[in-house]
Amino acid sequence: MNVLNFAHAFFSDSAHWHGYDGIPTRFAEHVTYSLEALLIAAVIGLPVGLLTGHYGRGGNALALIATAGRALPSFGLLVLMFIWIGFGLLPVMIPLVVLAVPPILVTTYEAVRSVDPSPVDAARGMGMTEARVLFQVEVPVALPLIFSGLRTAAIQIVSTATIAAYVSLGGLGRYIIDGLYQKNYEKVVGGATLVAGLALVTLALFWAASRLTVSPGVRRSG
Amino acid sequence: MIRIDAVTKRYPDGTVAVDRLSLDIPDRAITVLVGPSGCGKTTTLRMINRMVEPSEGSILLDGQDIRRQPVNTLRRSMGYVIQNAGLFQHRTILDNIATVPRLLGRSKQQARARAAELMERVGLDSALARRYPYQLSGGQQQRVGVARALAADPPVLLMDEPFSAVDPIVRKGLQDELLRIQDELGKTIVFVTHDIDEAIKLGTKVAVLRTGGRLAQFAPPAELLSAPADSFVEDFLGADRGIRRLSFFPSAGLELQTAPVVPADADAALLASRAEAPYLLVTDPDGRPLGWSEPDRLTAGAVDRDRLLDFGRPFVPGSDSLRTALDGAVLSPTGWAVAVDGEGRAVGVVSQQVIGEAIRAAHSRVAEHADAKAGR
Repeated sequence: MNVLNFAHAFFSDSAHWHGYDGIPTRFAEHVTYSLEALLIAAVIGLPVGLLTGHYGRGGNALALIATAGRALPSFGLLVLMFIWIGFGLLPVMIPLVVLAVPPILVTTYEAVRSVDPSPVDAARGMGMTEARVLFQVEVPVALPLIFSGLRTAAIQIVSTATIAAYVSLGGLGRYIIDGLYQKNYEKVVGGATLVAGLALVTLALFWAASRLTVSPGVRRSG
Repeated sequence: MIRIDAVTKRYPDGTVAVDRLSLDIPDRAITVLVGPSGCGKTTTLRMINRMVEPSEGSILLDGQDIRRQPVNTLRRSMGYVIQNAGLFQHRTILDNIATVPRLLGRSKQQARARAAELMERVGLDSALARRYPYQLSGGQQQRVGVARALAADPPVLLMDEPFSAVDPIVRKGLQDELLRIQDELGKTIVFVTHDIDEAIKLGTKVAVLRTGGRLAQFAPPAELLSAPADSFVEDFLGADRGIRRLSFFPSAGLELQTAPVVPADADAALLASRAEAPYLLVTDPDGRPLGWSEPDRLTAGAVDRDRLLDFGRPFVPGSDSLRTALDGAVLSPTGWAVAVDGEGRAVGVVSQQVIGEAIRAAHSRVAEHADAKAGR
């Protein structure tokens, strides 16, 4: 049996489409974990990235945090948090957020910092407040890069959120971990396919969001 | 009036950008700050809208220290144009121009109506309104920059090397446009450039700054050219300041000769009566110049246009300067300049010699005027 046969067997089994271990439930759980982690990471990463980028300071500290964040193994962190904190969503959220903050933070900082200085100078010279300079001049131009940071973070969260199942939570990781344990490879392949599919959907959503919010003037010249 | 009063700008590393500079910038005129790089001209300009804060001294706007009003209120009352236009690439041309009216709380509709008005004023096609900056040429972008600075109708306009990034032909167009707009609007303009020709062309008064931010001379351009304060100013003005100075003398007083001007269908009698002149200027039936010819090479009633000598570049007495007239005479193979009216019809000719006399007369008038002013 090859992978396609496994996948076909998994998705055509009607038992997999309902109940607490059904695809809709697991999918919803996975999306919920991912969105929560992305939201927390964005709440931390975006403001810090915007401010440091706007004032052009703290770049070295950011690079350090980013390297440290990327070097931490998510799985190891999960086990550590589980031992410290016990069951629950928190030990899962911490490694996901740690994983997602560096790309958001560093890309946002770079995006704002690399905005052409002359419109920024013009904006100040015509009497815009610093907040207006940031949100009306720098952010609209930096938006494509900021989106790319968020997108990278989102994809990493979606694929890593499978580890939630390791500490007895739900999500699509459930199929992979249970499948491996039960030597049920239909389940493993099905779960992995769903995770990959969700990652692609995430990509498509970011592409659409970028099309809708980035000005044509920035899109074509950038 | 903007009064710059003993202003010094010293940076933390000890560099002095501007050194005890005092300038009285007249209202409703163009004041140009010019000098080599490192002379503090841009720093001086940026101190007027507080983009840079002076270390010592003060700047007064209509008698009041500019630090007495909130910085953004001050800046919104002064148009600001910078070298690369600094347009907002995410906004359409119309919305770029509407920026300051929007900051001042006008509705989007009002601000856009005002922006459309300004596009026309600076010579931008209304079809460009919905475009984005990347779709415009450098010259058009700079026009948008000027329109954006004028949008809130500020009494003061600060321009920091606005035309130095465009090619010479476009630059000339932008300079002419600025002078035209200034004629209509009468703003108080402070204009920074490193190009002395631009300074002389645009400035009502020109402040020449030397490296280290000290004032070398502050005078109207004609005075700068006729009486440079020292060798630094003289060097900065360049080698041909004598010729350039002629731009400030009108050609209106030149005595034109009409006798050497003959129509192409002149009869033998007319040609015979003009045979004294070394050269005759032949015109077409409308009176437009065709070219020069020696009198004995002309045959009555049938001019061979191919055998005429080129007449160079004509000047318009009254609107052109002695410099243009002299240029016409130097370019003409006969040494005579052709004067035409606004329609291009020949109104007379003038020799290099006569132009030379006019130049001498103009110089002595200036000298007398200067003597009278000095009370001698």
